[in-house]
Amino acid sequence: MIHRTFGALLAVAGLALAPLAHAQTGPIKLGAVLSLTGPVGFIGDPQQKVLELQVKRLNEQGGVLGRPVELVVYDDQSDPSNANTFTKRLIDSDKVDVLLGGTITPSAMAMVPHAERSALPYISFGGGASIVEPVKKWVFKTPPTDRLVAERILQDLKDHGYTRVALLAETSGFGQSGRKELAASASKYGITIATEETYGAKDTDVTPQLTKIRGVAGIQALVVFCGAGPSPAMAARGIAQLGIKLPVYMPHAAVNQELIKLAGAAAEGIRMPTAAFVVIDALAEDDPSKKAGQEYYASYKAAYGADASPFGANAADALMIAVDSLKRAGSTDKAKVRGAIEKTDGLVGLNGTFTMSAEDHNGLDLNDLRMVEVREGRFVLAK
Amino acid sequence: MAAELLQFLFSGLTVGAMYALAALGYALIYNASHIVNFAQGEFIMLGAMVAAALSASGVDLPMAVFGAVFVTIVAGVAMQRLAIRPASGAPLITLLIITLGVALVIRGAVQVLLGKGNRGLPAFSGDQPLQILGATLSTQSLWVLAVTVLVVLALAWYFSRTLPGKAMLATSHNRLAADLVGVNTERVMLISFALSGALGAIGGVLTAPITFTSYDAGIVLGLKGFAAAALGGLGSGPGAIVGGLSLGIMEALTAGYLSSAYKDAVAYVLILLVFMYMPRGLFGTKMADRV
Repeated sequence: MIHRTFGALLAVAGLALAPLAHAQTGPIKLGAVLSLTGPVGFIGDPQQKVLELQVKRLNEQGGVLGRPVELVVYDDQSDPSNANTFTKRLIDSDKVDVLLGGTITPSAMAMVPHAERSALPYISFGGGASIVEPVKKWVFKTPPTDRLVAERILQDLKDHGYTRVALLAETSGFGQSGRKELAASASKYGITIATEETYGAKDTDVTPQLTKIRGVAGIQALVVFCGAGPSPAMAARGIAQLGIKLPVYMPHAAVNQELIKLAGAAAEGIRMPTAAFVVIDALAEDDPSKKAGQEYYASYKAAYGADASPFGANAADALMIAVDSLKRAGSTDKAKVRGAIEKTDGLVGLNGTFTMSAEDHNGLDLNDLRMVEVREGRFVLAK
Repeated sequence: MAAELLQFLFSGLTVGAMYALAALGYALIYNASHIVNFAQGEFIMLGAMVAAALSASGVDLPMAVFGAVFVTIVAGVAMQRLAIRPASGAPLITLLIITLGVALVIRGAVQVLLGKGNRGLPAFSGDQPLQILGATLSTQSLWVLAVTVLVVLALAWYFSRTLPGKAMLATSHNRLAADLVGVNTERVMLISFALSGALGAIGGVLTAPITFTSYDAGIVLGLKGFAAAALGGLGSGPGAIVGGLSLGIMEALTAGYLSSAYKDAVAYVLILLVFMYMPRGLFGTKMADRV
């Protein structure tokens, strides 16, 4: 009898306390939608590996706030409409505490409205400026925006005294957004975009467009705003084939071993802005990004036996910001975590030093981007 | 001005020869079985990926090419034996859907076994392009064009001068009749899949140094190859060549003189126009319905 009453009491108490107890002692749930397959599968795949590796290491060190961390990942197959569906699932059925991912900008943009509506902190891996501009209350991102990248290219053009440039932009969302940003900021740096051409990410030949560019008089440099994948190499090959001797600029997306592997000698001399960790060996010993970067490469290599991709760093940084903010918030209360992310100050990550504010939900500046160039089949810091 | 036009034409011919090789693969299987093999693009990708993977692991180029052709022939034979033959007698549309399924299987297998990254193959005779009247042409383009011509000649000889080739043509005209006069139509089907696998692999290997390749490269190649085949007239060898080259040249000229943003659109609109006035394609056989 006593037993039974006690049991019933326990059960009642348990029922009442269960959600609360679960919320404060169960695992902290991080949900991510990544593009693991499809055209940008090669970007999302290392991101998943990085997240899994880092979460495993966090748990080995006792978790966060004394609670284990649980990672839930869905594959949107490079399709934003799937990102939309899976974000809903993460919020409604997995009930995650922080939302991560959106490997490419279109997927990230599909996730943004859900984060906003459900008041859930969301740290995106997409490159586009539109993710955090205008600022959205619950949305943050780790890679430098295409605006920052465009401005860094323009700054380097100006430093070299080039004023008339040609632009070859990919027709993808990323290429077109880069084109817009370049056009918007060009006059600020005293640069004229004298001619513009486009090409498709899957095109197998860009020489017609390049022939047209070659025919325009007075061009001093060529900016190819391309995404990742084979398209930067395709452009590099065409430029070499036509014997175009102009300095060539590409965005950070091209900084990938694939460019060197596919384009070979044609990639020599191409200049690109990128995060410091990509050229880790060339950094000075006292550079704050050096240690974080070395650690990133070493742990990835130890776990997977392959070289870490730069794209994985966007995921590593997002996880680092999330964990740092969870610790500072002291709980998984969504408003507190959001507030803590916004107050991220001087946090050294792989992409640079993050200092967020109510106006800046990316937290990087021009100094976080270094110019690199391809020399003898390697990415080195440009002089 | 003339140099510019020549450059566009070179670009168009190279890309067009690529489409033509894909279109020939469609023609082979269509001739033997009236199936439009939507896995043709995957054969091209498979050949290119296997060659690139072998070459990257240190195998020298001729062996890598041989290995790629071999693997793709095996894939073609396996496709016929495991997927098409068990469904023989099924309506054509069912067989079409089966080829789509096989395409997915090949794509998935390559993705798992060889990875999602992009791969390249070194050019057969170096990266130094040729200078011709102010335009440049990569030596690999010459390889593509030359081998395409050779393949067309070899196929023409095969179909008109050899018994197996004639048997294949007979099967395409009337399978039952061919059966009755002693043609082993089952074997003809098998050979047609093996041949089109080989053709796909050759196309893939030749173009990989120019276009690079990845597990999903077959979709676009398959689509463009099909458009070229349809433009020339499905099942026609010369049609495949003319269709492929004209599609490539249309694309290059549009990208050069209009805007690269419209190059696919212009090419496809022209194809639509051709179909409106010549529904069987440029070289398609007149089809007379028996009553």
